Amino acid sequence: MKSAVIVFPGSNCDRDLAVALEKVTGFRPIMVWHGEADFDKVDLIALPGGFSYGDYLRAGAMAARSPVMKEVVKRANRGVPVLGICNGFQVLTETGLLPGALMRNANLKFVCKDVWLKVERTDTIFTNRYARGQVIRIPVAHHDGNYFADADTIRRIEDNGQVAVRYCDADGSFSPASNPNGSIGNIAGIFNEAGNVLGMMPHPERLIEPALGGADGRGFFESVMQELVA
Amino acid sequence: MTDTLSITPELVAEHGLTNEEYELILSVMGREPTITELGIFSVMWSEHCSYKSSKVWLKRLPTKAPWVIQGPGENAGVIDIGDGDAVIFKMESHNHPSYIEPYQGAATGVGGILRDVFTMGGRPIANLNALRFGSPDHPKTRHLVSGVVAGIGGYGNCVGVPTVAGECTFHPAYNGNILVNAMTVGLARKDRIFYSAAAGVGNPVVYVGSKTGRDGIHGATMASAEFTEDSEEKRPTVQVGDPFTEKLLIEACLELMAEDAIVAIQDMGAAGLTSSSVEMASKGGVGFELDLDRVPQREENMTPYEMMLSESQERMLMVLKPGSEAQAEAIFRKWDLDFAVIGRITDTGRLTLKHEGEIVGDIPVAPLVDKAPEYDRPWEPTPPAPALHPGDVPAPRSLGDALRTLMGCPDLASKRWIWEQYDHMVMADTVQRPGGDAAVVRVHGTTKGLALTTDCTPRYCKADPVEGGKQAVAEAWRNITATGAKPLAITDCMNFGNPERPIIMGQFAGAIQGMAEACTALEFPVISGNVSLYNETNGEAILPTPAIGGVGLLKDIDCMVTIALKTAGDWLYMVGESAGHLGQSLYLREVCGREDGPPPPVDLAIERRNGDFVRSAIENRQVVACHDLSDGGLLVAAAEMALAGDLGFDLDADWGSLPDHAALFGEDQGRYLVEVSEGEAFEAAARAAGVPVKRIGFVGGDTLNRGGERLISLAELREIHESWLPNYMENA
Repeated sequence: MKSAVIVFPGSNCDRDLAVALEKVTGFRPIMVWHGEADFDKVDLIALPGGFSYGDYLRAGAMAARSPVMKEVVKRANRGVPVLGICNGFQVLTETGLLPGALMRNANLKFVCKDVWLKVERTDTIFTNRYARGQVIRIPVAHHDGNYFADADTIRRIEDNGQVAVRYCDADGSFSPASNPNGSIGNIAGIFNEAGNVLGMMPHPERLIEPALGGADGRGFFESVMQELVA
Repeated sequence: MTDTLSITPELVAEHGLTNEEYELILSVMGREPTITELGIFSVMWSEHCSYKSSKVWLKRLPTKAPWVIQGPGENAGVIDIGDGDAVIFKMESHNHPSYIEPYQGAATGVGGILRDVFTMGGRPIANLNALRFGSPDHPKTRHLVSGVVAGIGGYGNCVGVPTVAGECTFHPAYNGNILVNAMTVGLARKDRIFYSAAAGVGNPVVYVGSKTGRDGIHGATMASAEFTEDSEEKRPTVQVGDPFTEKLLIEACLELMAEDAIVAIQDMGAAGLTSSSVEMASKGGVGFELDLDRVPQREENMTPYEMMLSESQERMLMVLKPGSEAQAEAIFRKWDLDFAVIGRITDTGRLTLKHEGEIVGDIPVAPLVDKAPEYDRPWEPTPPAPALHPGDVPAPRSLGDALRTLMGCPDLASKRWIWEQYDHMVMADTVQRPGGDAAVVRVHGTTKGLALTTDCTPRYCKADPVEGGKQAVAEAWRNITATGAKPLAITDCMNFGNPERPIIMGQFAGAIQGMAEACTALEFPVISGNVSLYNETNGEAILPTPAIGGVGLLKDIDCMVTIALKTAGDWLYMVGESAGHLGQSLYLREVCGREDGPPPPVDLAIERRNGDFVRSAIENRQVVACHDLSDGGLLVAAAEMALAGDLGFDLDADWGSLPDHAALFGEDQGRYLVEVSEGEAFEAAARAAGVPVKRIGFVGGDTLNRGGERLISLAELREIHESWLPNYMENA
């Protein structure tokens, strides 16, 4: 399985994501610099977390207009799987590949902690290794993770089953207390309509081995692997 | 100001120089200095840069061990952790700026200490911070906490270095002078360490990073004076940080360091271009000729004076090997950073500054550095506090209520509200997160781990600077030991009041003496550090605060333990002995409302013996959870272990003649609380090592009990412990 991690100036989870991809899939990804207008054909494109361009203007706004993203959008529209984590999710909404926007957290503070997530769909290339309704624990670390879209858009993504994961309690129930950032519908991650693009605020790459405190994040990478190798 | 200004006594005084110091400048120069030269002398001879009051004492600290690669004197210290790996670390204060402008002051404190580490070739892998604020009741405290925490997070989160540990306490003595001490730990290959000594006549001097503006001019001088009520007016001297540029600078510098292009490199920290060029020239015994017209500038019409004294952030100065300019420039351009050859190395031994075709400064480097004033200031020892016997301190009406008070008091309450605003997991190597005795960060790509902590108990230092200095070092050593790691070295951040007052100088001298004894006895040398004096407002000094940043090594993170209780039915043992020392304890302060008595004495031989035993018991897997006993004593430590493991306990020990509250809340040193599954084997090992251990209870249930009687439920304890800080910050 061949994957690419896109590196923007200010990305800071690019190494973590590459390490996780290699540890879980056994294949080392290529690192693609933001200025490159073209890159090798790959099976998965991953957009890492961090502060691309310092989050200046708006988180993800400038990265979405970088040369490499034109190519990423083109390939995503052709069906190539694209996974955006944290800042990568913000970049994906800024390019329009995913609907909605990520606003400043409701309490206006950066938040870094483990959260519980309910896996809403398991028939997708990113989540097939989880059980439907499974509750997993992985961390968030962001200042702008408050998912927002207008009412029509929310209805559409809910009706289409585009919600991938939602913030929940340890027992899987939804409450304001289990929502770390004020996201509408406790939404933590969404697919595009075709299902080949996933954006999520939580960081699965940070919990892929017990030494780090858990391995619930592995499933996302194992799922892609399963899909592509099968 | 222009360079033709004549030097008046007022101008000399405004630069923080005494008449004697100015006379010395005249004799070094052999003529009246230009205003630019006066500015350079002023910052180089400031307390902040010259250590003129502290140098004579700092020399007494032990700085050597077989694993020390570089001790104090470089940008940061370096230790060997085996397998060709080296760890680079340092702690530094940013107290004055953080009080004036908390967000930017704290943020640029983080930026500065990061640069000290990656300047030497280390990739920063962890940040820590030690924070001291005024009384929670003081009207400014909430604003300062909020701004400092946001600033540390705003910078560290963006550069992508995890902030993994620290401490945060409150005391009215910091009402007018908070302390913000930031520490960075970096990782390098032992054979790829970079130093600051310039060499090679003719070699290019290169400026990289951000452009120079008018921010931070005279920051070093500000940090060398007392505060008064109009310190707010100094706000414009606080620099503004840009963590995005810092991140680019880290990547660009490390990329260039992988090539064979750099002769010497130094960050532009306090006193900016002046101190970086003077230190590089001085260490290399060479001269520098700088063409200031080539310095990248953010503002128009900057004078040489302003350029030499600016403390604009995210800048570095390098000496390159001849012919490598193009290669280096390509790397910095790729990262969208300024790159300019601004001068060359000369054989004159002078710092020569050119501006618009004229020489605006020409100072002999050696005397600028070597003739810097050095004072052996008069000092007075702190008089010993009268003894306080356990019987002199009343028992609480109820043990449970005393525990509630302590676990919810500002110093012991959970600091989750702070560390959840810091990205403590980026880089995906944080194997022990904030909240324990020390954080543990894995050495990337290996099974080794670094245990990291910051410690100091300022109330002990105030009561007895010598014992307090010992205790600060011993507690850092103990916290590292409690994870199973071997403590290797420390950095120190010496925060004190006005050294011109003999009682303050006596606190400094005493703390150094205590620290030196502890460092020697525990083989825990000082490899880097920083001194921050004049922490006074309107004559009120802070508590003496020699903050210690400690680093230890775990050979295998699989052998690490945490403070969390693990298994119902396991035994709890106390390692070490209790005399029920309540002088300067938190019980005395928080429950009895008194701050008196001497601090607990530290017996360094016992400290070492007990710690070495605990470490070996962790390595042998006899100990499955471990916590050092410090603030609040045994019952607080046990409560913290219970919360971390979500498991209760019953303490059923009998203390003999010692009153229960003295045994449970006394702060005797050299002690640990450990969870053990096989009690007999553990006791046998302790006997063999000659270490006193006492079985004091067992793990289980969802309540905290004393001799079968319930003190409090875990749920209530958690609520008390977790709610103080968020309530304080958010329900004003």
